[in-house]
Amino acid sequence: MLVAPLAAGREASLRALLVTMNATPGTADPCNAVLPFAAIERLHFARLVVLDDALQVDLDTLGIPRPRLPTVLSFMGDCDGPAHEVLAELVQRAGEGLRRIFAHCEGFGAETDVLAWMQAHDRPIAASYVNWVGRTVRQIKEESALQRVLSASVSRAPVNSAEQARALHAGLRDLVNGEVRAGRLRLTPPEPTPLAWQVAKIAHLLAVPLVGLLALPFLIVLSPLLVYLLRTRESSDPEICPRPQASALAELQVLEDIDVSNQYTAIGAVKPGLFRRWLVSALLVLIDYACRHVFTCGFLARVQTIHFARWVFIDDKTRVVFTSNYDGSHQGYMDDFINKVAWGLNLVFSNGVGWPRTRWLILGGARIEQDFKRYQRRHQVPTQVWYKAYPGLSLHDLTRNQRIREGLENTQMSDAQTLAWLRLL
Amino acid sequence: MSTRTVEFDDIQGLLRFGYKHQTQASFLLLQVKEREAARAWLASVPVSSAITADPPPDTALQLALSRDGLQALGVADDIVNAFSPEFVSGLGRDASQSRRLGDVGANAPEHWQWGAGQRVPHVLVMLYALPGRLAAFQQAVEAQVASAFDILLRLPTSDMDGIEPFGFVDGISQPRLDWERTRAVRDQEQAAYDNLSCLGEYLLGYPNEYGGFTDRPLLDPQRDPQALLPRAEDRPAEADLGRNGSYLVLRQLRQDVHGFWQFVNAQVGGDAAQRERLAAAMVGRTRQGVPVVTSNGDADAGKDLNAFDYQADTQGVRCPLGAHVRRANPRNADLPSGGPGLVSWLKRTLGFDAQARERDRVASTRFHRMLRRGREYGAAVSIDQALSGTGSASDTGLHFICLGASLARQFEFVQSAWLASTRFDGLRNESDPLLGTREPTADGSPTNEFSMPQPGGPDRRVCGLPQFVTVLGGAYFFLPGIRALRYLASTRSQGSP
Repeated sequence: MLVAPLAAGREASLRALLVTMNATPGTADPCNAVLPFAAIERLHFARLVVLDDALQVDLDTLGIPRPRLPTVLSFMGDCDGPAHEVLAELVQRAGEGLRRIFAHCEGFGAETDVLAWMQAHDRPIAASYVNWVGRTVRQIKEESALQRVLSASVSRAPVNSAEQARALHAGLRDLVNGEVRAGRLRLTPPEPTPLAWQVAKIAHLLAVPLVGLLALPFLIVLSPLLVYLLRTRESSDPEICPRPQASALAELQVLEDIDVSNQYTAIGAVKPGLFRRWLVSALLVLIDYACRHVFTCGFLARVQTIHFARWVFIDDKTRVVFTSNYDGSHQGYMDDFINKVAWGLNLVFSNGVGWPRTRWLILGGARIEQDFKRYQRRHQVPTQVWYKAYPGLSLHDLTRNQRIREGLENTQMSDAQTLAWLRLL
Repeated sequence: MSTRTVEFDDIQGLLRFGYKHQTQASFLLLQVKEREAARAWLASVPVSSAITADPPPDTALQLALSRDGLQALGVADDIVNAFSPEFVSGLGRDASQSRRLGDVGANAPEHWQWGAGQRVPHVLVMLYALPGRLAAFQQAVEAQVASAFDILLRLPTSDMDGIEPFGFVDGISQPRLDWERTRAVRDQEQAAYDNLSCLGEYLLGYPNEYGGFTDRPLLDPQRDPQALLPRAEDRPAEADLGRNGSYLVLRQLRQDVHGFWQFVNAQVGGDAAQRERLAAAMVGRTRQGVPVVTSNGDADAGKDLNAFDYQADTQGVRCPLGAHVRRANPRNADLPSGGPGLVSWLKRTLGFDAQARERDRVASTRFHRMLRRGREYGAAVSIDQALSGTGSASDTGLHFICLGASLARQFEFVQSAWLASTRFDGLRNESDPLLGTREPTADGSPTNEFSMPQPGGPDRRVCGLPQFVTVLGGAYFFLPGIRALRYLASTRSQGSP
């Protein structure tokens, strides 16, 4: 995630420029003149957000000094393959547009090398979640086209026998083969995972538990103290959950429910003190670990509607930015958070200033419905420019289309599998 | 927190009764003309409470106020703004909300007959009467309000004997309110769908299913020197203006009965039995109200038509996933069911149970229930008339009314995330078969289909559904407790704190 402070007096001009990139409020025109996102084939999602320090006012209520933080521009994207390659491609294709945007930032001049400057302003991701690791934009688009062809051509008369089901399957295979030969459909075979990536993944898989194992004796010895520190804080940390301003809420809502997916960007201060700072850092390492090795194919605990999500520390770990791309309405997203994974939210966000009161790190908190809903809306920031490479497609579609393709290419399916496959169409 | 008994004498009867004996009803939409006279009338108008009466009363009057109404009465801004944000912003004023609710295209507020622009009602007066008693009652009430209010619109209703205009028995699915307050006030996962619902889901000032309270104005008792208002149950130092009240949604829905039956008939080539089956699949119940998930449409006399769920039909083979009643109330628990024991629970809670995940796209129905109190209007059209294009040419439809303690989590959620959603439970290219606007999505995908999964093979799909239901008007109201109504009518509710 790129984070760069704005140059003095340039905010209004930047906001005006960002608006020109959109087709509808907040949603990028994929071929806009500044950053034609659609030209970057490996890009799933991207966003540009202006982050200010308005919520730092909450520090006043804690009686701790409020450092004035600069307003920053944040630029982030989710892509296939190494980020530096995609960044280089972006600079190559849209260098002029990037210059126009970053010219609003401090220290960016006419002579600045865009790529080097972007890399210098890149912040490490504390934790990131990918709904389905390895599913590429190309695959998503090809499989969507495949699904359309199959759903439009399959006979919808009841299937009464296994032979009939097999015949339907074989007929559709022939149809698709014909479409592929005619160049109307493409089904690119998956690229093998690069060896370096696999090695890094295995190293990460082993390293984190190893460090945990080393730390375990200390944690056990310290556990009474840690529990004491946690519980005293949980019972005294102030809750700051006022109702957001109606105008601020309207600014967020005007950007929502245009596509089947929506964006969410939020920012908040980490509670003061080393205990919370270390706790949230450790928890994000664990969450990142779980996302990288466990929750890699279609679900983050019970939530199946998040495409990508990430947590990033900024301002020397005093603030955290959370972003996500999710399916469905905001109200539905929040209800999923409360009803399905409140415990998971509490783990991380209860280390943020003002979060509704938790007990034992996972109980309460987001389950306090009204306080939680006000809190998350108050901390949400309008996303000025948001890009999605495959409008109209939900994660449910992506997973179903993937299964359709797998089933199409599988000639060894059992009768039950063939019937289940036909049901996907 | 001690559990207080329910103050039936302070609750408007509509929260407890559907006034089904009072088959005649009429709704008056009023705008304040003379503030003082309006207040004087509201301070003394007899409003029926939730105390049971035997025999049922000849007439009953219920009353609700919109945000504009509170303002027109001079209620202080800080009080008005302490109601829930959705009530404060109202219905039909915000394009984002209209998009969310499906109030677009022919449903857009700019086409409404009332509820938008200058035609926002201030006060909703609901009149209920035993057969033959309404006309005189209404005349008397209209005479009483004449000097204080302008009558923006009269919404007459028709007694269709519990059957909505398309011909289906209506109002079967209702939550059962926990009037005895036996349900524990705590935040606890519910392993099964249950029709019993905490009072706080419908009545403001009572704990809800989360064990919490939804938005309503809490006042410094100094602003209520006559102690008209009850104290808040969660904050006894404050007076609770919401206690015993509720939020009320009124929407006038015109139903194209001819269009509905002619479309269904054309799909099945005029076969009467298949016509019934397709219509029942779209609704999720037969015309007699029997849930299609429990039967193939045979009349199951004597069965409780509200005691079922969809656990045994996760694929939607018996009741399509997108059927109207399945969208409106998917009847699922907080967590998909599974084997006993902690391991199974943990697997489902952490998402590792693939079968449970398949059934987990929609969950926790108990937070999205509504108390429905709508009434039909216009002339009933029989199926034969509908098919032959005869019968009354005048409008017919439903004055949809629902009550709840959270407009956002109940009415708006059900309307947007479930009914109007083109992706409900993983579906595609369709929204509610009865209520959908059929407007294509932003990326151009159609929404005018209806899918019916089959035991073998791909779903059967009906395409090209026209719009059957059109929104003609609507507004959000606050249905106050009776003491709160008197407080709002007093001068004490004016001015700054």
